[in-house]
Amino acid sequence: MRKYHPLKELWLARLRQFAREPAAVFWVYGFPLLLALGLGAAFRNRPVDQVFVDVEASPGAGEVADALARWPEFVVGTHSAELCRERLRLGKSSITVIPGNSYTFLFDPTRPESALARARVDDALQRAAGRRDPVQTSERLVTEPGARYIDFLVPGLLGMNLMGGGLWGVGFVIVDMRVRKLLKRFVATPMNRAHFLWSMIGGRLTFMLPEVLIILGAGALFFGVTIRGSWLAIFAVSLFGSVSFAGLGLLIASRAQRIETISGLMNLVMLPMWLLSGIFFSPDRFPAFMQPFVQALPLTQLNSALRAVVLEGASLASQAWSLGILFLWGTISFLGALRWFRWS
Amino acid sequence: MPDPAVKQSTVESPSHLPPAVRCRNLRKQYRSRSRTVDAVNGLDLEVRRGECFGLLGPNGAGKTTTIEILEGLLDATSGEVEVLGMRWGERDENIRQRIGISLQETRFPEKLSVLEIVVLLRSFYRAGCEPEDVLDSVSLSEWAALWVGKLSGGQRQRLAVACALVGDPELLFLDEPTTGLDPQSRRQLWEIIRNLAAKGRTTLLTTHYMDEAERLCDRVAIVDRGKVIALGSPSQLIATLGGEHVVEFAVADGPASGAVEIDFAGLPAVREVRKEATGIALTVTEPHVAIPALLHKLQGAERSLARLTTRHASLEDVFVRLTGRHLRDEEIPSA
Repeated sequence: MRKYHPLKELWLARLRQFAREPAAVFWVYGFPLLLALGLGAAFRNRPVDQVFVDVEASPGAGEVADALARWPEFVVGTHSAELCRERLRLGKSSITVIPGNSYTFLFDPTRPESALARARVDDALQRAAGRRDPVQTSERLVTEPGARYIDFLVPGLLGMNLMGGGLWGVGFVIVDMRVRKLLKRFVATPMNRAHFLWSMIGGRLTFMLPEVLIILGAGALFFGVTIRGSWLAIFAVSLFGSVSFAGLGLLIASRAQRIETISGLMNLVMLPMWLLSGIFFSPDRFPAFMQPFVQALPLTQLNSALRAVVLEGASLASQAWSLGILFLWGTISFLGALRWFRWS
Repeated sequence: MPDPAVKQSTVESPSHLPPAVRCRNLRKQYRSRSRTVDAVNGLDLEVRRGECFGLLGPNGAGKTTTIEILEGLLDATSGEVEVLGMRWGERDENIRQRIGISLQETRFPEKLSVLEIVVLLRSFYRAGCEPEDVLDSVSLSEWAALWVGKLSGGQRQRLAVACALVGDPELLFLDEPTTGLDPQSRRQLWEIIRNLAAKGRTTLLTTHYMDEAERLCDRVAIVDRGKVIALGSPSQLIATLGGEHVVEFAVADGPASGAVEIDFAGLPAVREVRKEATGIALTVTEPHVAIPALLHKLQGAERSLARLTTRHASLEDVFVRLTGRHLRDEEIPSA
């Protein structure tokens, strides 16, 4: 056994540099925590949906406003026709009611809250006018942990963070070392080049462990997110994700000579995944023709596997498809990086 | 062409070993869309075991390109290179285990300590020195726990040398080891490099400081425009001037041109006359003979002196005689 093993020393150097860089520590651990807290608070504290309704000032407006005011969910305002349209356009109200012999609803059907408002306002006004329902209905509310938005969000944030950490933590660091001529200095020694690349991936996997614990732990602690899967399975999925993004980070950084170049490339690669990979909402919502592309993205597969494991307690074996796609991304990127990598 | 008369060596290399470095007809061309630049243009070199060899030349002369080709970090366009009897591209790791390199510029990570960096570099070599000993040899032990970001320029440069030494190399490459340093840091680094030479380590360094080459190097190759234009020990090279002293003077009444018609070359002990921007420089063998004669001559021409200095001839004078330019003149690559 050598006194100083290169792989160990490279890995230690990576760890030390990371731990001594407060900004890096914040972006990897602090930022996602704040994001989870902020988004979690925003979506948890939302009261029973309020519906913002404007009534156009005209004869009969008072009656309509009174009829709606009987239900607590409506926030009713009476404004001029012009102001009503402006408020609708700016999203300050969801719907405008124009009174008259018959009521006219002014709304944008593509806005979910407007479509909902239309149904509710219609229902309220029909009842006020004396409608009787032929069938009695009752409600039972489901707000138990596991089915709320925050439950959906937390694994998505973890996936997003594993992506950012892998791409920045490997790609950016490598380009910085290239700019400093440090890579050139290393290849001027007998260093085994594979050791260097492995140490970058090893460092990334090390940072991943606390990342998973902090984000899921905060979710459980502050929002009662129930973690149904085994931690082993969760870490295994995170490991596949991290390796995949570390490989991608290596590939992106394999030739870039300047910090500006790598920043641009990073954003180019991450943007489609931020939008399409189901961090904040399910990727199933995208039209069918986009699905092959959406499903091929590594973050889509990572998020889907994380959700399955964390929220449903799915087994690792059941996620083989997702893990396979992640593995493919990681391997192909790593091999490409080995081939194209510039040391100076 | 190197003068064959000055090819004698001050260091004898062991005959059973190949030279530390040998290159023949080395060329490196950089092509851009509009033109081709010959950074190195047919350069021959042989560095013997145990000597400290200097590549001296102005900025842009091709020193760094040459040393990086020898270090196996750049590919030559053509030519042969042998390092410790081996060629790059065959068993590179074997060469790398036996050489130490300090690049012209390496910015080590700001937030690693001096010792951590030396240990990291040490881990790449199969055998080598203890990191603490290396730091001791470059007088950095005191700062071992300090982060690189807190080091001065001179300390950083000594760290770079420590990193070059940590694999206990047979052959050391130092590219501009003292460029940009203050005089005290330079002297400190010279001391370190001289100690290495005293221990019999082969060193190849590049510099554009003639005093550095004079003090440190057993032999110097003066490089200009990608070629070796003179080769020998500093004293041999200076001897080619024909005199070891330089007398510089200016006449009081106006520019140098006013005195130029006077024939100084005929004065006793004067070997060469050179017109400079601010005066005239004479290369002389014996100042105590040349100066009285000079004063007498000026008196006869009814001119008075504005300035008179004498100094030992340096490699700078050799460079000026060979190229008509000064070492410190920034050379702009010619189109």
